[in-house]
Amino acid sequence: MGKGDVKLLGTWPSPYVMRVKIALNLKSVDYEYQEDNLENKSELLLKSNPVYKKIPILLHGGKPICESLIIVQYIDEAWSGIGPSILPSDPYDRAVARFWAAYIDDEFYPARAVNRIVVANGEEAKAAAVKELKDALVLLEEAFLKISGEGKPFFGGDKIGYLDIALGSLLGWLTVTEKTFNVKLFEEATTPRLVSWVDSFCKHPAVKDELPDTHKLSEYAHNVVYPHLKEVAAAAAN
Amino acid sequence: MGKGDVKLLGAWPSPYVLRVKIALNLKSVDYEFQEENLGSKSELLIKSNPVYKKIPVLLHGGKPICESLIIVQYIDEAWSDIGPSILPSDPYDRAVARFWAAYVDDKILPAVKGIVVANGEEAKVKELKEVLVLLEEAFILKSSAGEGKPFFGGDEIGYLDIALGSLLGLLRVTEKSFNVKLLEEATTPRLVSWADSFCTHPAVKDQLPDTHKLFEFVQKVVYPRINDHI
Repeated sequence: MGKGDVKLLGTWPSPYVMRVKIALNLKSVDYEYQEDNLENKSELLLKSNPVYKKIPILLHGGKPICESLIIVQYIDEAWSGIGPSILPSDPYDRAVARFWAAYIDDEFYPARAVNRIVVANGEEAKAAAVKELKDALVLLEEAFLKISGEGKPFFGGDKIGYLDIALGSLLGWLTVTEKTFNVKLFEEATTPRLVSWVDSFCKHPAVKDELPDTHKLSEYAHNVVYPHLKEVAAAAAN
Repeated sequence: MGKGDVKLLGAWPSPYVLRVKIALNLKSVDYEFQEENLGSKSELLIKSNPVYKKIPVLLHGGKPICESLIIVQYIDEAWSDIGPSILPSDPYDRAVARFWAAYVDDKILPAVKGIVVANGEEAKVKELKEVLVLLEEAFILKSSAGEGKPFFGGDEIGYLDIALGSLLGLLRVTEKSFNVKLLEEATTPRLVSWADSFCTHPAVKDQLPDTHKLFEFVQKVVYPRINDHI
């Protein structure tokens, strides 16, 4: 299939777009990338995702697929004969991977990782929000121990899989969180397996060229994302 | 496999538990049902779902699976050789079904909450009706692909039918509580007939909670605590 057949609409800071890029790389899919502008969304974006008007959107043969984890599952299924499987093969393992990926999107990021910390008023509130985030990471460390198997580098075992992609795509933003609020999220004392996992993930061939520039990301966070979050929180309080 | 192998922890009013029951029925799976008292959760529930402590939880050979739509996909995959497929077979159709099921979970309960908290205010009712109109349009698109079939899944109920259909009870109670029409001929004619087909389907009809009982429960227990529930 020609490159023209697969198109990804995204923006460079988005961890959700990164998920799709990693999945496409794992399946060696050639694709065209279109950088969209969230302040001035393209016609194609609006037409392809009229419900949410968000990126990432994958267009395959012109047909749009939306929502990052749904796109990753689509890629796994549409190119099922090529490259590694992204989801595990066993139904129970699949259910566990889906559970934790949903936890990450519902409870971890941006919920605890960003939203609550950024808008917390005062040092005490911030410290409490940071603690909640670190507790969530300990849960993920425990999940890693149960899921990955003896001494394996990834949630997916020997190879990266669905849950690695779901969490790993957030590492850039988690680094920004660490720097901004002067906290260490992944540490030997509390999350030793995840510390090595971070390293393995970032070095993986399907990942390493997609990692965002954290400096650039940090600027974007401070100039655009965090002020917006504070605005939203202030509006909700009034 | 014996009945003891499959156990469902649930509560009779829950639309999410209903999803799992329908999926188990479609696959003709024998299971043991344990009614949970949400005011006093069982040890088994807390041990099986330590992260959320919520129902439904499916236990298969003692191993817990949590989150209703994840459980439904599990059932489809674990009993893939029995009964109808719950998710479509084509990857694109699967992505579309998953998208709309996620939309249902994203939009409907918060919209119901909006109506309750605003005591039936018209603007809030309109918001929920707009959500349902989008689903009507999704149904029409699916149906035009399959020439006037009764369900989102085509001839047979599928993933999206289960995801949305399980919420019909709550929608009906909301209609009655605030004297409004949410699904109606004027705005969502296809969904009106779909709702009827869904509720009379053999895998569904014996699982629907009694509407009167549900009405009382929602009025007495859910609405007063709507800010906690969602």
